[in-house]
Amino acid sequence: MNGSGIEITKDLTIPKLFLSQCKKYGKEKVAMREKEFGIWIPFTWQDYYDNVKYLCLGMVSLGLKRGDKVAMIGDNRPEGLWAEMAAMCAGGVGVWLFQDCMMDEVKYIIDHSDSKFFVGETQEEVDKALSIKDDCPELECIIWDDPKGMRNYHQDYLMSIKKVQELGKELDKREPGLFEKMINEGHGDDLCLLFYTSGTTALPKGALLTHWNMLTMGQNLMSVDPCYDTDDFVSYLPFAWIGEQMMSISCGLQVGYTLNFPEEPETAPENIREIGPHVMFAPPRLYEGMTRQVQVKYIDSTWIKRKIYEFATKVGYKVANLKFEKKPVPWQWKLLNWVAYVTMQKKLKDHLGMSRLRHCYTGGAAMGPDHFRFFHALGVNLKQIYGQTEVAGISIVHRDGDIKFDTVGTPIPDTEVRITDEGEIITKSPSVFQGYYKNEEATEKTLVDGWLYSGDRGFIDEEGHLVVFDRSKDVMTLSDGRPFSPQYLETRLKFSPFIQEAWAIGDKREYVTAVMCIDYAVVGKWADDRKINYTSYPELSQELKVYDLVQLQIEEANKDLPGPAKIHKFVNLYKVFDADDEELTRTSKLRRAFVGNRYKDIVDALYSDSDIVHIDTKITYEDGREQRIKTDLHIQKVNV
Amino acid sequence: MVQVGELKEGDTILKLEDIHMYFGKVAALAGISLEVKKGEIHSIIGPNGAGKTVMMNCINGLYKPQRGDIFFKGQRVNNIRPYRRAELGISRTFQKLELFGGMTVLDNIRLGRHIHLKSGVVSGSIYVGKTKQEEIDSRKFIEEEIIDLLEIESIRDQPAHMLPYGLQKRVELGRALALDPELLLLDEPLAGLNLEEVEDMARFILDLNEEKRWKVTCILVEHDMGVVMDISHRVNVLNFGNQITDGTPEEVQANPEVVKAYLGEEDLYATRR
Repeated sequence: MNGSGIEITKDLTIPKLFLSQCKKYGKEKVAMREKEFGIWIPFTWQDYYDNVKYLCLGMVSLGLKRGDKVAMIGDNRPEGLWAEMAAMCAGGVGVWLFQDCMMDEVKYIIDHSDSKFFVGETQEEVDKALSIKDDCPELECIIWDDPKGMRNYHQDYLMSIKKVQELGKELDKREPGLFEKMINEGHGDDLCLLFYTSGTTALPKGALLTHWNMLTMGQNLMSVDPCYDTDDFVSYLPFAWIGEQMMSISCGLQVGYTLNFPEEPETAPENIREIGPHVMFAPPRLYEGMTRQVQVKYIDSTWIKRKIYEFATKVGYKVANLKFEKKPVPWQWKLLNWVAYVTMQKKLKDHLGMSRLRHCYTGGAAMGPDHFRFFHALGVNLKQIYGQTEVAGISIVHRDGDIKFDTVGTPIPDTEVRITDEGEIITKSPSVFQGYYKNEEATEKTLVDGWLYSGDRGFIDEEGHLVVFDRSKDVMTLSDGRPFSPQYLETRLKFSPFIQEAWAIGDKREYVTAVMCIDYAVVGKWADDRKINYTSYPELSQELKVYDLVQLQIEEANKDLPGPAKIHKFVNLYKVFDADDEELTRTSKLRRAFVGNRYKDIVDALYSDSDIVHIDTKITYEDGREQRIKTDLHIQKVNV
Repeated sequence: MVQVGELKEGDTILKLEDIHMYFGKVAALAGISLEVKKGEIHSIIGPNGAGKTVMMNCINGLYKPQRGDIFFKGQRVNNIRPYRRAELGISRTFQKLELFGGMTVLDNIRLGRHIHLKSGVVSGSIYVGKTKQEEIDSRKFIEEEIIDLLEIESIRDQPAHMLPYGLQKRVELGRALALDPELLLLDEPLAGLNLEEVEDMARFILDLNEEKRWKVTCILVEHDMGVVMDISHRVNVLNFGNQITDGTPEEVQANPEVVKAYLGEEDLYATRR
């Protein structure tokens, strides 16, 4: 049993839970809100039920059967969640795609998953589906929900969500009770989601998850950090990311908190501020973005505001450090912290939409200790989470009052975590997935005797906290033979507001080097203030004064690093790493092997005597267009 | 003459007959005739100084031609002032942005709606009855039809002068749309935009022209030949105040005089491809 009083049994499925929650709350409670046309539009649990029911029956009348795959793509919006729930209610399996997937990725996933239905949002997604339809023989029906630009599409396998729901209503009249009957046929061990992992090395793999996996995951997390049905959650991260599924479906449905969908992806920060969520889960890059935003605003603000900020952060850091050391906070510091709260923290938290935040998690990638401390100094209860798609979300989390910024916490209930002799992290829990779809070989490697082999290297410290070092294959050996995590270096570098991305190189080399991507907006502003002229990112990145600026940031990060890990040389890249160029995964993790290959010339130059490297390459836009780039990059040494 | 009242697609919405416009002794327009049908995108092209903008100014009433007649929906509008023509359904954007820089995007667009607000001072000051309903309707119209169409949700509360040029152009289009026009005069809407912004803008123009909700007739002055030839139903070519030809894009491209006067020997499509 968890806080919501729901018992998770093998018989329970997500649709069954959905049905009972809809009955429980009915018209009385808001299940979700969407900001549309400038106002927040509420949907009650009854609306949620009606929409899912007719959409589900509509898809059934179009031929959806138990076990069929339904692919979905689009921004976070109620219709997306309805489609997913509708597919599950009919016994189907949901397959989510990242909104910004390129054509090849869409084609690979639709084809590999044997998806029969495709639910897109706008003309853009419909176009993607239409252009791959001939290559995906299983794909039968394409559904869209935004009519904009759809006036000239007349294919008979193309339909609006509204039309499908009308078909559903007709079926409901012919066969009343069918919806409930289909839901009751489900079992906890049935598949509910086919989740494609981002894959830092190879093609995405499809992880198979059951209702039982998803529900136990949610239950175990909620028993650590209970949420309430009066809470608000903002759903703005891609549904194709397991973290969002976990919050919106696994936890959200059990607890019954209100999901809020922003108007557009660009308005998300504003909309988060309007809602003031109670719980938040985001990958580190979002927190990094917030930190950068605060740091930049600080530089821009008036003298008095800067002084107040400096005072308040000083107090905040002191208090946070005491808490990290689990020491009591003396009353005079408590008093000072209250002053800091009134003068600065309160307002800043309001601007970041964190005023009401009770639990706030980061996971999905490594977060630097500097960022972590920064949020605690603000009084935000930020906690690390560790997990993967293959355990339906997470397995490890920090507990309140037991937070260490270099660890990811301790296992959630029902979860066992061990370290193999090779140092690999392995997990066993009811949420461990069923295997990879149509990939026996990978399944055998990953699932051994019910243990999930993560491919991450780490250790468990004396207090039982798990420390994740890095992906096993990414760990680099320094010149003195000791292993080191490049990710750790990179997160340190990224604490500077001027640095957006960094790539540390140095495996089995004499010294460590880095490829840096400056933050265009922040460095651009910095350059404007100094009357440095530039027209584009490539030009700004090669400006010598910008190089000196980046050097200062590196020297700052170098300070706390052991000798052999210090960065000796760097180069500013002419662009930012991008998932469209396959340099990052869709969840923004650096694909080291790929960039190592792609920027081989740069790496070679960093370990030679030359101070310039000639580049001739191409970049890809989201619509598939390519542009050739020819430029010279300057290499600069750092004072070590 | 053309009939007055509701027009069907294909009826003449605007007719210019033998327009002459002089500035001193310079003939900016020397006997121009033009017929625009409802539902069309009618483009006007020509080299710089050909009189394109002067023609736009004559249509919307900023300039008064010395000779010739202008008919809008069958009504002679020569002597009607610009703001009255706006009420009749003629709306425009400007080659050089004419936004109110200090005002927010939303306020700029609402300003375009002002002409349709009919409630009086008293009702307005206490915000009841008619005013309230009018405000609600106009909010609905602006949010659901304009902001959603132009995808400017994220900037609606920002001051216009802070925005990049491409977005300012969009806002200007938004303000023109707030008038709920039947005829939209677009004066170089693509000038100064990058490739992506051009594609967006061309799509908006097509949406406005084709979408059932809008069905706006457009007169487009533009130098981007790729877009003009792709989206126009008819093209009118001017040169030094004289009309060279008026026809479908294919006819215009095949006209040797046009090629000589304006397009040069290059392939028409070479411009932005």
